[in-house]
Amino acid sequence: MTSVSHSPAVEPKPVFDWVLGLAVAAVVGFYVRAIYFTPIELQQGVAQKIYYLHLAGVIGAYLSITITALMSIVALWLHDQRADHLAEASAEVGLVFLTVVLTTGPIWGHKIWGAWWAWWEARLTLTLFLWFVIVAYLVLRGAIEDVAMRARYSAVLAMLGALLIPFIHLSVYLFAARLHPMPVVLKPSRPSLSSEMLTTLLLSLATFTFLCVALIRARYRLAVQRDLAAALDVDGGVA
Amino acid sequence: MSNHRPPGTFSSAWLLARKDLAIEFRTRTAFLSALVFAVLALTIFYFTWDESVVSPNDRAPGVLWVVLTFSALLGLHRSFGLEEHDRGIDALLVAPISRESIYLGKAIGNLIFLSAIQVVAIPSLALFYNLPVGRPLFIVSGIVFLAMVGIVAIGTLFSAMAVNTRLAELLLPMLSLPFFVPVLMNAAQAGSRIFAGRPVAEVMPWLRILIAFDIVFVFACTLAFPFTLEE
Amino acid sequence: MSQNRTRTDSPTEYDAVTYVWRMSAPAPSNSLAVEVSGVSRTFGRRRAVDAVDLSLNAGECLALFGPNGAGKTTLLRVIAGLLKATTGTVRVGGRSLRNDPEARGQLGLISHQSMLYRALTARENVEFAARMYGVPDPRSAAMRALERIRIADRADAPVRALSRGLQQRVSIARAIVHEPTVVLLDEPYTGLDAAGGAALTDMLRLLRGHGASLILVTHNVEEGLAVATHAAVMLGGRIVRRDDVASLDHAAFPAAYRSMVVDASDQSANRTVSVSA
Repeated sequence: MTSVSHSPAVEPKPVFDWVLGLAVAAVVGFYVRAIYFTPIELQQGVAQKIYYLHLAGVIGAYLSITITALMSIVALWLHDQRADHLAEASAEVGLVFLTVVLTTGPIWGHKIWGAWWAWWEARLTLTLFLWFVIVAYLVLRGAIEDVAMRARYSAVLAMLGALLIPFIHLSVYLFAARLHPMPVVLKPSRPSLSSEMLTTLLLSLATFTFLCVALIRARYRLAVQRDLAAALDVDGGVA
Repeated sequence: MSNHRPPGTFSSAWLLARKDLAIEFRTRTAFLSALVFAVLALTIFYFTWDESVVSPNDRAPGVLWVVLTFSALLGLHRSFGLEEHDRGIDALLVAPISRESIYLGKAIGNLIFLSAIQVVAIPSLALFYNLPVGRPLFIVSGIVFLAMVGIVAIGTLFSAMAVNTRLAELLLPMLSLPFFVPVLMNAAQAGSRIFAGRPVAEVMPWLRILIAFDIVFVFACTLAFPFTLEE
Repeated sequence: MSQNRTRTDSPTEYDAVTYVWRMSAPAPSNSLAVEVSGVSRTFGRRRAVDAVDLSLNAGECLALFGPNGAGKTTLLRVIAGLLKATTGTVRVGGRSLRNDPEARGQLGLISHQSMLYRALTARENVEFAARMYGVPDPRSAAMRALERIRIADRADAPVRALSRGLQQRVSIARAIVHEPTVVLLDEPYTGLDAAGGAALTDMLRLLRGHGASLILVTHNVEEGLAVATHAAVMLGGRIVRRDDVASLDHAAFPAAYRSMVVDASDQSANRTVSVSA
C-alpha cells in the first residue's frame, strides 16, 4: 500500500535563530553608520537619510513580492506545500517592507515636494495598491482553514495580482501624464553622492536584503510549525 | 444516450444565466435592494458638495462611478450564494458541462443584473443632477458598460472564492476593489471628459486600457475559475 | 418511442405506473456500467478512500454500507466526478471520467442535499436539469420524470413551498430526467416518509429493470437490501466485505454488520487500527 507523501516528522526548526540575530545586528550597525558616520547632504538636509531606508524598503518589497508570485505558481502547478508556505512568508515580509516604503515615502516627500502625497507619482500610487492587494491576500489566507483550498485560492489571487500591476502602472501613468506634466524640478533625481554616502547606500541595500531573507526564513518556519500544530489537532495527537 | 447532446460552453452558460435571472426575477429582493441603494446614494451624494462651489455637472461623473461600484458589490455577492443553499453547484458540476461555462454563465447573469440597475441609475443621475440628455450621456453609458464587463469578470470570480470562506461579505470588496482601480480610473477619466464635451477620439487612450483590461481579465478569470472548485 | 401504460401489482400498497424506459443506446455488452480501479482519495494527510475496486454491470445495484467517516460519501463523489481521484481511475460505460467530461452525461446523482433552487417551481428545476443534459423536448421529459416519482400534481409549486420529503422527490426527478445509465445515491431515504420511501424503492427497481446500475450509500440495512443485488461494507476507506444479496442471509446480515461497525469504532477509540496512513 503506497503511503501518502508528506514531509517526514522532524524536529521543527526554531523560528528565531542566529541568522535572524545576525541580520538584526547588521541593521543596527547600519543605522549607527547612517546616522552618525554619514555626512549630511547639502540640499535636502537630514531628511535625505530617510532615502537609505526608503530604497532598501523598495528592494526588500520587490524581492519578497517576486518570491510570493513565483512560489504561488509553483504551489498551484506542483501542489507543493512548501512553496505555499514560502509564498505566505514572503507576502507578510513584503507587506512590512511595503509599509516602510509607504511611510518613509511621504515623510521624505513632504520635505522635498512640500506635499504628503502625490497621486501623479506612479510608483507611489502603484505601491499603495500593491499594499492593498497584499493585505487582501493575507486576509484571504486568514479566512480559509482548509490547507489545500487556502493554497489554491492564494495562488490564484497572487497571479491575478501580478497581472494587475501593469494595468495600474499604465493607468496611473496616463492619469499623471495628462494631468500633471512630470515636474522636472521636483522629481527626485539621483542625487550626486559622495563616496561615503554611496557606501552607506550600498550597505543599506545589503543589510536590508539580508534582513528580508532572514525574516522570510523565520516566517517560513513559523508557517511550517503552525500547520504541523494544526494537523496534530485534527488527528487528535497522532501525526 | 445517443440523442442527448449536452449544450456547448456558451449555450450552457446562457442557460445558467437565464436560470439565475429567473430566480432573481422571482424573488426580486437583491435587485430592488441594489436599485434602492443606487438611487439613494445618488441623492445623498448631491448634498455632500456645496452647490455654489462645485456644479452638479462636475460632480455627476464621480458619483456615477462610486454608485456603480457599490451596487455592483451588492449584486455580485449573491451570485454564488444561490448555489450554496442546497448545493445546487454539485448538480452543475455533475452535469456534462464545462467548468468554464459555469463561470461564464454566472458572469453573464451578473452583467445583465448590473445593466438592469444602471438602466435606472443613469437616467436618475441625469434627472437629479440636471445633466443634458444627449449624445454624451449615451457615450458615457457605453463606457459604463465596458467598465461593468471588467467589474463583473473580477467580481464573479472573487464571489465564487469568497462564498467558501468565513468572511464572505468583507472579503468580496477587499479582494475586488484593488482590481477595480484600473477600470474606474480609466472609465472615470474618459467619462468626465465626455461629459465636458470632449470628442470620443480624445479619450481613446483610456478606453483602450479599459478594453484591454476587460479582455485580459475575462480570459484570466475564466481560466482561474476551475481552481476555485474543490476537485 | 412507445408509451405503454400498465398497472402492475407492486409489493407495496401503491400502484406503480410504468412507462417504457427509453434507453436509446444500450451499453455495449462487454463494458461495465461502472468500473472503479484502485481509487484512492487523500485530503492532505488523511486518506479517506483507500485503493477501492468496484465494478457493476447494467441492471445491478450495489448497496454500500458503513459507519460515518468510512469514506462512502467521498467515494461516491469521486465516482460522480465531483472530486478527482488521487490515484486510480473511474470508468462509466467504458469511458474514463477524467479524460471524457461528456461521460458525466450518463450519471445521475441523488444526495440528501436537494441541489434545487427554492425560488423556482418543481417543473422549472427539472426542466433546467433536462436542458443541461441536452435532453430533447425538455418540457415533456421533465413532466415524465415528475410523474415517475409521483409528484406531478405539485409541478408548479415553488420548491420552497414543498415539504422536505416532497423536495427530495423533486430532487430525484431532477436526477433521472436524462435517463442516466448509472445512478449514484447518497442516503436518499433521508427525510422521506413511508410513501416517499416506497415510491423511491419502486422507482429504483424500475431503473434496474431497464438496465441502469445503481450505487446506493445508506445506513439503513433493510432499505438497502430491499433493492440491491450486491452489498459491500466500507470501513476506514476500504471495502472490507462484499456479498451477493441473493446469497446473503438477510436475517443475519444486520447483526453481523452492526458488530463490524462497533468493532471498528472500538478499535479506533483504542488506536490499534490506524485509520490514516
